[in-house]
Amino acid sequence: MPLLDSVFKALADPSRRQLLDALHADNGQTLSQLCAHLEMTRQAVTKHLVLLEEANLVATVWRGREKLHFLNPVPLHEIYERWIAKYERDRLQALSDLKKGLEQTDNQ
Amino acid sequence: MEKSTFVYVTYIRTTPEKLWSKLTETEVPREFFFATTLHAPEWKVGAKWNSTAPDGTLVDGGEVLEIDPPKRLVLRWHHEMRPEHKAEGNSRATYELEQKEGMVKLTVIHEMDRGQSKFIEAVSNGWPTILSSLKSLLETGDALEETRSW
Repeated sequence: MPLLDSVFKALADPSRRQLLDALHADNGQTLSQLCAHLEMTRQAVTKHLVLLEEANLVATVWRGREKLHFLNPVPLHEIYERWIAKYERDRLQALSDLKKGLEQTDNQ
Repeated sequence: MEKSTFVYVTYIRTTPEKLWSKLTETEVPREFFFATTLHAPEWKVGAKWNSTAPDGTLVDGGEVLEIDPPKRLVLRWHHEMRPEHKAEGNSRATYELEQKEGMVKLTVIHEMDRGQSKFIEAVSNGWPTILSSLKSLLETGDALEETRSW
């Protein structure tokens, strides 16, 4: 399967996005650490991690006997590069800041 | 010990030798690395390296900790430009190259022996761009536009 297809397939599942969020908040976790904060069985987490690793969205590094999982932002960056032109970036950032600012005010 | 670590992986359609030579190329502005130039008189353990911006400003420096061409390069990495990052001291960058079915898996690990490093956080925005650009350069001959200038 081409790598880009596997990236979108991996991202299409809410549990896998939740795993990426967990790594984004705290990068470099073991399987047990990931399981501790999520309402998923260890088997389900393992299965999702395999798909995320195949899509290159998660990279693993061995530290002694521990296997640590890291969020790998490179494929997401390639998607961004592919469809977002250089001159659009500042405007998108401005829009995103505006949205965040307004939504925070509304929630107060 | 507390640590700050980021890991980046990209698959590039090239050979380990070609990728290695791009990563260790010195004395020319690197199109994939914001036009900085790498200086290293020799590639062996203990040898010094540094990188400079197009105007000659020193950006980063350090020494070679491990080298096994074309598979593994570990650099001590000390930022020299922004005072708040310079103050954090030494970090370590590991490049690992692995041949996989006509592609090379490039893993870059950048880490510092302190929690919540501001420098590691700052470079975490740069590495995905640099690696995407390096991939583009090796596969198509052209680096991405945003990394061609400082």
